[in-house]
Amino acid sequence: MKLDLKKLKLRKINETLQSIDPKKNNKNYTILNPEGNHAICVGLTDDIDITVKGHVGYYCGGMNQNANITVEGNAGTGVAENMMSGKIHVKGNASQSAGATAHGGLLIIDGDASSRCGISMKGIDIVVKGSVGHMSAFMAQSGNLIVCGNAGEALGDSLYETDIYIGGKVKSLGADCIEKKMDNKHLKKLEKLLKKAKLEKLKTKDFKRYGSARKLYNFKIDNVSSY
Amino acid sequence: MCGIVGIYLKSKKFEKDLGKMLSGMLVNMESRGPDSAGFAIYKKEKKEEFKYSICINNLVFEKFKKDISKKIKYNSILKNSDHAILSSKENPNKVLSILNEIKEISLVGYGRSIEIFKQIGNPKDVVKKFNLEKFSGTHAIGHTRMATESAITTDGSHPYSTGSDECLVHNGSLSNHNNLRRDLIKRRINFKSENDTEVAAGYISNHLSNKKNLKETLESALSDLDGFYTFITGTKKGFAIVRDEIACKPAVISETIDYVAIASEFQAMAHLPGVNIANIFEPQPGIVYSWGN
Repeated sequence: MKLDLKKLKLRKINETLQSIDPKKNNKNYTILNPEGNHAICVGLTDDIDITVKGHVGYYCGGMNQNANITVEGNAGTGVAENMMSGKIHVKGNASQSAGATAHGGLLIIDGDASSRCGISMKGIDIVVKGSVGHMSAFMAQSGNLIVCGNAGEALGDSLYETDIYIGGKVKSLGADCIEKKMDNKHLKKLEKLLKKAKLEKLKTKDFKRYGSARKLYNFKIDNVSSY
Repeated sequence: MCGIVGIYLKSKKFEKDLGKMLSGMLVNMESRGPDSAGFAIYKKEKKEEFKYSICINNLVFEKFKKDISKKIKYNSILKNSDHAILSSKENPNKVLSILNEIKEISLVGYGRSIEIFKQIGNPKDVVKKFNLEKFSGTHAIGHTRMATESAITTDGSHPYSTGSDECLVHNGSLSNHNNLRRDLIKRRINFKSENDTEVAAGYISNHLSNKKNLKETLESALSDLDGFYTFITGTKKGFAIVRDEIACKPAVISETIDYVAIASEFQAMAHLPGVNIANIFEPQPGIVYSWGN
């Protein structure tokens, strides 16, 4: 089903996608002429496939649950912000705060993501095929951030329990973020996530792992399962 | 929040469409700034002539024209809504001192090729009132303002121009502008408002008058200006953008073989010809991007 933003209002399109009739069994949707509009595909709850043909503005796929969204272009600030589950794949670059505060699901960015990628992430897996800007994974709490390229200044500043894997160079680490040993379980987890992003060809041993030194917050080993 | 936009033409192909292209960009940025709007447009210069962009406020144009003809020998004076463009071959310093003494008007810019129009109101109305769509030129800069730091007035609207053929638009707020203003006043830079952006414009004018080029000027601004900013700035032949190191204030650049377009958000340029095959990227924090010189 084709939904054209030149003909339909954004609210109408989002309402259509938010109230899918399971009996009709229509699982594939295409959004035409996004033209950088904000809040495209926010608040979706159903297991449907959506392709957006072009560039999107702010908060695309925000709060997503279950939906599989592909953006054939660039994404503005806060793509996949507060995503709970499902998948968002940006084929171009993403602006700042990609995957901000997201609890779950998978965000794949084929190009670069700018500053504050994964800020305050709470369980999402983010795979960036290019590089990320400064202060990425700032106050990140849980989940995995994988960057195949380089990371900008102050990576993982004030980090909690997110695992960060970087394939390229890190300009500088933020407060309380340190390089950590890559154990077998980490290699396996990284391999699995790279596979999900169709990056099987990359060698996991070329990545370095970063995480929290746990000196800035009151880390109690008994509570580790809550993170 | 504010919206900033700009276009620099790399070829002659779109010179006649420049006003139309910028107009669409400004109207699209209404969501970021509904309080006032303004634009600076660079046209081909006429030899020996200087142009003065004047907001005549509540004056009746015919009366203003009659009065000014007694004081300044001009080649032409053209009305555009509540603004007027006066062209003259007289010494610019003399013309400026006469215009600055007339309390009822605001001189919003001057130079050999620049024309500036700015006014309070919704961008859609401002663009229509000055008939921006009909303008042609080589490069242009525009602004839609959501007032935070000073009042909603013509003098509080952007672009700011504190030197010949110079203009600046700003998204953000500066924190050390009072100190800088005092310092620049000592260096004989004049200010018309309490606005922080006017200080940044004055800073740029001061550096350019000291024979620094636009790129060098903005590079030194990175260490001297404290606060949040994305600036787009223009000179007679130059066009540049810079974002502060924190880069909270957004910007997107679209570059094709014919033009460079910059806007706070991509949606402002979705209507531009060939934008879908343009090289689209975000300017990196703390790096000056410039075209021309």
